[in-house]
Amino acid sequence: MSPIPLSHILVVSAALFFIGMYGLLTRRNMITMLMAVELILNSVNINFVAFNKYLYPDKLEGVFFTLFIIAIAAAEAAVAIAIIINLYRNFHSIDVEDADEMKF
Amino acid sequence: MPNYAYIALIPLLPLAAFVVLGLFGRRYFRGWSGGIGTLAVLFSTGLSLWAAYRYFFVDGKVGEGYHQVIALKTTWLSFSPGLSIDMSVVLDPISVMMIVVVSFVSLMVHVFSMGYMKGETRYGTYFAFLGLFTFSMLGLVLSGNIFEIYIFWELVGCSSYLLIGYYFDRPTAVAAAKKAFIVTRLADLGFLIGILILSFYAETLDFRTLIQRLTDPTSQLAGITSASFLGISLLSWGLFLVFVGGAGKSALFPLHIWLPDAMEGPTPVSALIHAATMVVAGVYLVARLYPVYIYSDAAVLQVVLYAGAVSALLAALIACTQTDIKRVLAYSTMSQIGYMMLALGTVHSAGEAGTLGFTASMFHLFTHAFFKALLFLCAGVIIHRVHSNEMKDMGGLRKLLPLTHGCFLIACLAISGIPPFSGFFSKEDILLSAWHANKFVYGIALFTSGLTAFYMFRLYFSVFWRRQVWGGDGHHGEAPVTMKIPLVILAAGAVFAGFIPFSRLVTYDGLPQETHRVGVFAIAPVAMALIGIFIARYLYFKESSRPGRVAAALGGLYRTAYHKFYIDEVYSFVTKKIIFNLIGRPAAWIDRHIVDGLMNLLATVTARISAGIKGVQSGKVQDYALYFFAGIAGLTVLFIYLYT
Repeated sequence: MSPIPLSHILVVSAALFFIGMYGLLTRRNMITMLMAVELILNSVNINFVAFNKYLYPDKLEGVFFTLFIIAIAAAEAAVAIAIIINLYRNFHSIDVEDADEMKF
Repeated sequence: MPNYAYIALIPLLPLAAFVVLGLFGRRYFRGWSGGIGTLAVLFSTGLSLWAAYRYFFVDGKVGEGYHQVIALKTTWLSFSPGLSIDMSVVLDPISVMMIVVVSFVSLMVHVFSMGYMKGETRYGTYFAFLGLFTFSMLGLVLSGNIFEIYIFWELVGCSSYLLIGYYFDRPTAVAAAKKAFIVTRLADLGFLIGILILSFYAETLDFRTLIQRLTDPTSQLAGITSASFLGISLLSWGLFLVFVGGAGKSALFPLHIWLPDAMEGPTPVSALIHAATMVVAGVYLVARLYPVYIYSDAAVLQVVLYAGAVSALLAALIACTQTDIKRVLAYSTMSQIGYMMLALGTVHSAGEAGTLGFTASMFHLFTHAFFKALLFLCAGVIIHRVHSNEMKDMGGLRKLLPLTHGCFLIACLAISGIPPFSGFFSKEDILLSAWHANKFVYGIALFTSGLTAFYMFRLYFSVFWRRQVWGGDGHHGEAPVTMKIPLVILAAGAVFAGFIPFSRLVTYDGLPQETHRVGVFAIAPVAMALIGIFIARYLYFKESSRPGRVAAALGGLYRTAYHKFYIDEVYSFVTKKIIFNLIGRPAAWIDRHIVDGLMNLLATVTARISAGIKGVQSGKVQDYALYFFAGIAGLTVLFIYLYT
């Protein structure tokens, strides 16, 4: 079994990134948007791990960064959910289109 | 040299009263403000009298005559070694005489106002303004350099504005205050240019040095007499422009239009500012620079002479037809100031020996201050009692106001030049100097003195006689005691001021002068005055149709004089039709369409652009995410393009 080339993994990562981007731009539900953001972060994680493994196999920085990102993503999810709850209290909705008062 | 440093207190005490009353008068001592102001001026008056006594009788006299004493001098602004502006206090016969007049009349007016203005809501403010005026006027007369005098000149104008506009809820008073300010301001422009010309060529602002340098034919400052503009030497131009400034303040024709309107102010203010003190500032200014006026060519003094004569005659004619008691007095003031200017103008034409005009002018200024202030204060009592300025609402007041009646009669006799009242002596001197100078002007002055007697007694008979008793209610007393005391004191002044040997104290060169009064010479003016009085008695002693018939017989002349020779109309024609239409409107058009237009264009362009791009900020989070993504993608493409 031949080893999986780097480009395959990068294709998976890019696909994941664009799926996340698509979700972020098209979904109106904030929870779904939050999930899309998580996808984007995970695509970055895959990139980090892949580059670490394939280009600098004797180092571990990419793995560390991935761990950091996972931790921060968890914190970010907590903050985002807090924001969503607050928005729900004010607008009785978690549809992002309803919260558009911050404009000209 | 004796110590005259205390002179500085004379103007500073009223200033202190102004500051204290202006800052705290309303809140802390409402009812006391009159007393505080009066006390300050009382001390000033005491000091002035003491200074006059010391100067004239103890130590002012050096050798034969009086010399100028610099009491105080400090450098205020120093620009370069050659140019500095000093603040100094100068004593010479005219300034000493003026501080006595100003502080004394101011004191009388302060005392009178305590009764007259009682119960006014802005009682404290009124006394604060009076203090400011007194300070500025005293500073003006004590000024030792031409720049200092200009500062006080403007301060006087400012306090006059405040006092004319004291009743600021009356539109007429506001208009009058503005008119007075603008007209005198316009004249002051001439004064300022004159100051610049004179001091530029003399290279000093100090009066004494300026006079020395400008009148010394051997000096190196020949530039001012040789340089000329429009064929007239710059010295004459400078002096003429200074005179224009003086004419504006002194209400000489044709800059007199503000004075009658200024009667909108409270009556004691008219007595102080528009009769006795501020309006003679112009006379004082010319007297201050008198050696230069004499030294320059005769044309400028001729202007002074004729400006005085025309003002005297014109104002007397107008005064004969006015019906508002204060306006009659205002025109009478203008006429008397015309006399003073006329006397100043006589000197050059009279030659070396003819500096009598200077003394005569100062003498008339002195006596006029007493009887004119008295007339205004009497008018104040009458207006206070009758609540009207119109002569038709008065008549038969002699029984109701016996003291005022007596004082008014004394003042009328004094202003008419009946011996032995004070006006007789000073008017005599003026007529004598006019006789030596110019027979035509003498004729005008003589005729005017007859007219003066006529219109004053017209006023007197219409107010105090004409009817048996006054028609209104007569239950109140005459006036509070604070209003009576000044009347009595001023009446005494109007009677006795003429006996002061003025020609020995106040003269052009400081040396005592021999008065050669010729008894015969007095006959013509006294006769003219008596004729005037008898005509007035014939017409106005009893209610009759005679005045109306005379007015009808005079026809056009009467109407023209009644309408003040249409001078106000000429001014409003010039300002409204010519200046507003030809200069004001085009300037307004340029301002509105070109200057404003540019600004509006700028604003419109900015507004349009921002309206165009404000849609970007939609408030939708996903739009922002898209922009962000697009931005990153764009940057990526850019970097790839740049680095490969």
